[in-house]
Amino acid sequence: MAQIKIENVRKDFGTFNAVKSSSFTVEDGEFFMLLGPSGCGKTTTLRMMAGLELPTSGKIYIDGEEVSQKPASQRDIAFVFQMFALYPHMSVGKNISYPLQCQGLPKADVKKKVAEIAEILGITEILKRPVGGLSGGDRQRVALGRAIVRDPKAFLMDEPLGALDAEFREHMSQELRALHDRMGATTVYVTHDQLEAMQMGDKIVVMNHGVVEQFGVPQEIYDWPATKFVASFLGSPSMNFLDFEGMASAGVDKVFLGDVGFEIPKLIEGITGKLCLGVRPEHITLKNDGVYRGRVVASEYLGTTQVVTLDTSNGRVKARIASGVKVNVGDQTGLEFDPRTITIFDNGTGRALASNSNKGVLKHG
Amino acid sequence: MAEVVLNNVSKSFGCDIGLANVSMIVPDGSFVVLLGPTGAGKTTTLRIVSGLDKPDSGSVFIGGRDMSDCTPAQRDVAMVFQQYSLYPHLTVRQNLEFPLKSPILKTPQSKIDRKVGEVAEILQISHKLNNKATALSGGEMQRVSIGRSLVRQPSVYLMDEPLSSLDAKLRSDLRIELKSIQANSGATLLYVTHDQIEAMTMATHVGVLDNGKLVQFGSPREIYENPVSIYAASRLGQPRINVLPADIFGGAPDNAKTIGLRPEQITQGDGEDSFVQRVEHLGDQTRLHLLFKNQELITVTNAQSDLKNGDIVKIRPNNPFYFDASGARVA
Repeated sequence: MAQIKIENVRKDFGTFNAVKSSSFTVEDGEFFMLLGPSGCGKTTTLRMMAGLELPTSGKIYIDGEEVSQKPASQRDIAFVFQMFALYPHMSVGKNISYPLQCQGLPKADVKKKVAEIAEILGITEILKRPVGGLSGGDRQRVALGRAIVRDPKAFLMDEPLGALDAEFREHMSQELRALHDRMGATTVYVTHDQLEAMQMGDKIVVMNHGVVEQFGVPQEIYDWPATKFVASFLGSPSMNFLDFEGMASAGVDKVFLGDVGFEIPKLIEGITGKLCLGVRPEHITLKNDGVYRGRVVASEYLGTTQVVTLDTSNGRVKARIASGVKVNVGDQTGLEFDPRTITIFDNGTGRALASNSNKGVLKHG
Repeated sequence: MAEVVLNNVSKSFGCDIGLANVSMIVPDGSFVVLLGPTGAGKTTTLRIVSGLDKPDSGSVFIGGRDMSDCTPAQRDVAMVFQQYSLYPHLTVRQNLEFPLKSPILKTPQSKIDRKVGEVAEILQISHKLNNKATALSGGEMQRVSIGRSLVRQPSVYLMDEPLSSLDAKLRSDLRIELKSIQANSGATLLYVTHDQIEAMTMATHVGVLDNGKLVQFGSPREIYENPVSIYAASRLGQPRINVLPADIFGGAPDNAKTIGLRPEQITQGDGEDSFVQRVEHLGDQTRLHLLFKNQELITVTNAQSDLKNGDIVKIRPNNPFYFDASGARVA
């Protein structure tokens, strides 16, 4: 299997710039997620790795070999599309064996290989069936089988579960991840679903407007976002942003929103002006006698927890608290934030200020 | 606004059962969410209430009136479909005004303007009012189609997965807005989804459908905390409820075949050994895939957990559910 390295890759379509100078490395055997909203350039990036698009500038290496301008057929990778493209007139077995037949492998070897793959995917019983009558999940398994059967250097997947309904997607994502753990193949996976990215990925690249916003381990990116975009894209409900004007200088461990002071991780860079305090919903507690006040606008029951929406003097805030706590719409209450978890953003650029807590994680694209 | 009553409604399509003897009361001013996987009968129920489909037997009452002989127009319902359906040659504003311009309603223009402005504001499409309906993204078109139902005040709103095509952020904003529009206006709303978060957060009542049958009807909390069957229990809760052989921990009632454990019904740090197979850091929590006596189960722990594959976690059940061989709840 293989390492894939992207260096300063750019892609223009006419006058439209889809990807601006992306750089990151997918290590051998990693399950790697390209995450972002529609139009962010994630699919274009994947297609450039595959050779389905050629970069306008920059370099792509697979296993140390530069492949930037080589077509897909010379890269030895397998691509799984969102809309599983199967040959409708062939049986399940034929669909899977087709890539091997094209390579001219002896019949006996093909048969053995197909049987092996079918076993891994749990579709041995349906090998003789036409693909027409299959369920969505089985069709997806067949599409995967056709990709796996060639033993390619890497798998590139473009929202392969996007077309499935929520319950089944959950099941398939676990199956896919387990399959990866057994085979250890380098996999690059495009999704716009942040939960899917957190759940399945060893590493995540978060993209927006053609730019890599952050790159790293899921939990670290979640805890210490480099930009407001990353902070709001990961997590549901997303991070709360409390805008304020004031001063945050290097070395301080407290900021003031109006008259109320909040402890924060000690800053190692500072600015003065339009700032923003970022705090995740699960790091807010409601305390009747808290100094910082809010009015309850809504409460959403979620089983174990509930999400309470409050209006504060710095805007709307969501808190995730235990579902046993009784809150009523219209109630006034105090809010307290866990000081260890707070990120301060520069509202002008949207970037996080470096602090003792996030300095190890911050990597601006 | 009005109460909606379904009385023993059945509907089949050839030999497929759409609905089997469904009786349900949607109280005046309630937000009822019908929940179930594809094919459970959610959309069929909605279409029968709207009059787009006729039941084979049984009856539908809206506001106390038998609707059997009423056309969809006579029923005074507003329906939002999963797939937006707008007038492509009209602007967003004209699309939103359309229902109010009906000759029967004779709404004065000033009121139309006010209503359209309000609704556009709520749905975050004010800046697009003068665009052609076709010059919008999919999400914007869907918001206009929701908006077109909200400008009216029908007896009941019927919505079929109206948010499923929107992105996550907008979906969570609109959940709160829809809920507050409904709560403030006292509208009756019958809403279909397979998204359990929508059901939990918006509904005053959830109706769980299974193969055309209504198997449980109650508040989201009732269904989560007191499900009648494995099927109902599996509809709500993420990660999904674990269902294991009843005697795996010992102490099961005689007639129990399986034990049902939600993450909060599994106490960690006490009991018998289980093995960590996979750890998923989801940001606000960590999901643990455990192997216990050759059975896989999923539970959650705190976000900063440093557990890893191969670690041992002791677990024991805490007020679990028990189900019999048919899946019905016994304790």
